[in-house]
Amino acid sequence: MSHDHDHHHGSELSAMQLRTRALQTILVEKGYIEQAAIDELIETYEKKIGPRNGAQVVAKAWSDAKFRQWLLADGTAAIASLGFGGRSANHLVALENTPAVHNMVVCTLCSCYPWAVLGLPPLWYKSAPYRSRTVADPRGVLREFGVELPKDTEIRVWDSTAELRYLVIPMRPAGTEGWSEERLAELVTRDSMIGTGLPKSPRDVQ
Amino acid sequence: MNGPQDLGGMDGFGPVMPEPDEPVFHAQWEKRAFALTLAMGMPGGWNIDQSRFARENRSPAEYWTMSYYQIWFAALEAMLKERGLVADDEIAAGHALRPPKPVSRVLSPADVLKVLHRGGPTERETNTKPLFQPGDRVRAKIINPPTHTRLPRYVRGHLGVVDRVIGFHVFPDSNATGAGENPQWLYTVTFSGRELWGSEGDATTQVSVDAWEPYLEPAAPL
Amino acid sequence: MTELHEHHHDHSELSETQLRVRALETVLTEKGYVDPAALDLLIETYEKKVGPRNGARVVARSWVDPDYRARLFKDATPAIAELGYAGRQGEHIVALENTPKLHNMVVCTLCSCYPWPVLGLPPVWYKSAPYRSRAVADPRAVLKDFGVTLPPDTQIRVWDSTSEIRYLVVPMRPAGTEGWSEERLASLVTRDSMIGTGLPKSPRDVK
Repeated sequence: MSHDHDHHHGSELSAMQLRTRALQTILVEKGYIEQAAIDELIETYEKKIGPRNGAQVVAKAWSDAKFRQWLLADGTAAIASLGFGGRSANHLVALENTPAVHNMVVCTLCSCYPWAVLGLPPLWYKSAPYRSRTVADPRGVLREFGVELPKDTEIRVWDSTAELRYLVIPMRPAGTEGWSEERLAELVTRDSMIGTGLPKSPRDVQ
Repeated sequence: MNGPQDLGGMDGFGPVMPEPDEPVFHAQWEKRAFALTLAMGMPGGWNIDQSRFARENRSPAEYWTMSYYQIWFAALEAMLKERGLVADDEIAAGHALRPPKPVSRVLSPADVLKVLHRGGPTERETNTKPLFQPGDRVRAKIINPPTHTRLPRYVRGHLGVVDRVIGFHVFPDSNATGAGENPQWLYTVTFSGRELWGSEGDATTQVSVDAWEPYLEPAAPL
Repeated sequence: MTELHEHHHDHSELSETQLRVRALETVLTEKGYVDPAALDLLIETYEKKVGPRNGARVVARSWVDPDYRARLFKDATPAIAELGYAGRQGEHIVALENTPKLHNMVVCTLCSCYPWPVLGLPPVWYKSAPYRSRAVADPRAVLKDFGVTLPPDTQIRVWDSTSEIRYLVVPMRPAGTEGWSEERLASLVTRDSMIGTGLPKSPRDVK
């Protein structure tokens, strides 16, 4: 993974920077794109859309049984009610973790990911090691994220090979009775919604 | 391993480009890399399946951009280091910095032709009987060993017909891990192109692989 | 393209790899693990002595001598040893007979297995990803890359060298070569025709 990182951002950087700048100039000059639209796109995915969206969804599912039901029955409509949707989440399926089943999401063929609720995927999600090994040895991959599940927990891996996008709903941590949705959302990590991590424990946010 | 070496049926590598009047070697270093690899086989003490595993056991991104003899050379370095025969600092210095480890034998010029001529036969004696006979229908097992295997992915799970019983041969899957030769019956198994590539495939293509008995399971006759 | 790329790659990396190979050779020689004279002899053998001319002699003999042909298809390893060819990467050879109905083609999808004693070291294309990936899936298209088009009803049988068995294709004897000597026939047998990616030359080509 670190190798991958070096390779993509290190030595090639200046050449790629010059090349993308040159192309952008040409496209603006030809009137194919508007500079302001490019800036807005970057701003949106860099600053506005991210795993905080998903965390809100999960926290609401933890505290509102009706919403939870709706989310599991029709993920797309349920997240739209919170203002999330559109690109890369037109068909959202929520996956419920239970003590018996742990869900984990991968895209072996490219990098499909529910942008609307999680933002853009991290580098490791798009990397060959994650894409190649998750379907064959999810427990081994989880170990690399420091997650060890009970031996008898069933692991269900969802390979996003079509236009469905998956959001994992982790289990609500014990000791959070009576917490507000906002406070609960702080416990929801990005990785816990991909299935490569677990939510934080109440102790971690004290 | 499901590694970069297992190329059968992959797309995207472009056309085959034969080179007119191709030389045996394309650079001086290729000759040396080739000869060093052959000569170190004896003192190094590894077998051919271990060499093959050392070549394929790397990131696909790396394997697919390395030239053939670069892969050989990288595997040679890896095996030498693994066995403590040579260390990184010695390669960096270009000189031996520590005395050699004792080795079984060193290839002398006088032995070269003899050794090449003898080769490394892999057939072994047995008093067991082969499980399959020519004409038997078999299915290539679905296996995904993390180490060396000679059962290509594109035949796994598919139905074929035993074409020939070749003999009782060293089993690479064991030999590559140092677990011993563990010889097994070896067969030529033939698959129709349509079995492997689907009903759109060319009806006139057949593909044969050599498969050891542990790779195969009986299938019901037609 | 890939070939060019690979080739190009070799050259750009040349000095670095060359230095590294030389460094390792020095270390191994100093430690007494290898004898430089043995290395030279190994290179000389495969660069100058062992090559597809060996296989061509085997094929030509099988074209003129029916007894030899029968022995070759029954058990190729001893039949080939009769002509003095044997050893490393040819310990267990199987000869494959091309007929008007059946064309044989050899590949090693997993590495680069090749019958060294009869064909020498494999060409770059044989070891390349394009050949190794496509020969088993679309042999006709690969043959087209070599400028070979077979009749549509000819069966193509691809042999993937997944074990220590090495395959030698015995192409069909070209028409118009009646009464030719073995030596003259051997001049028609190309390396590619013994891999199955080519056909023998026609008598016109060697006039």
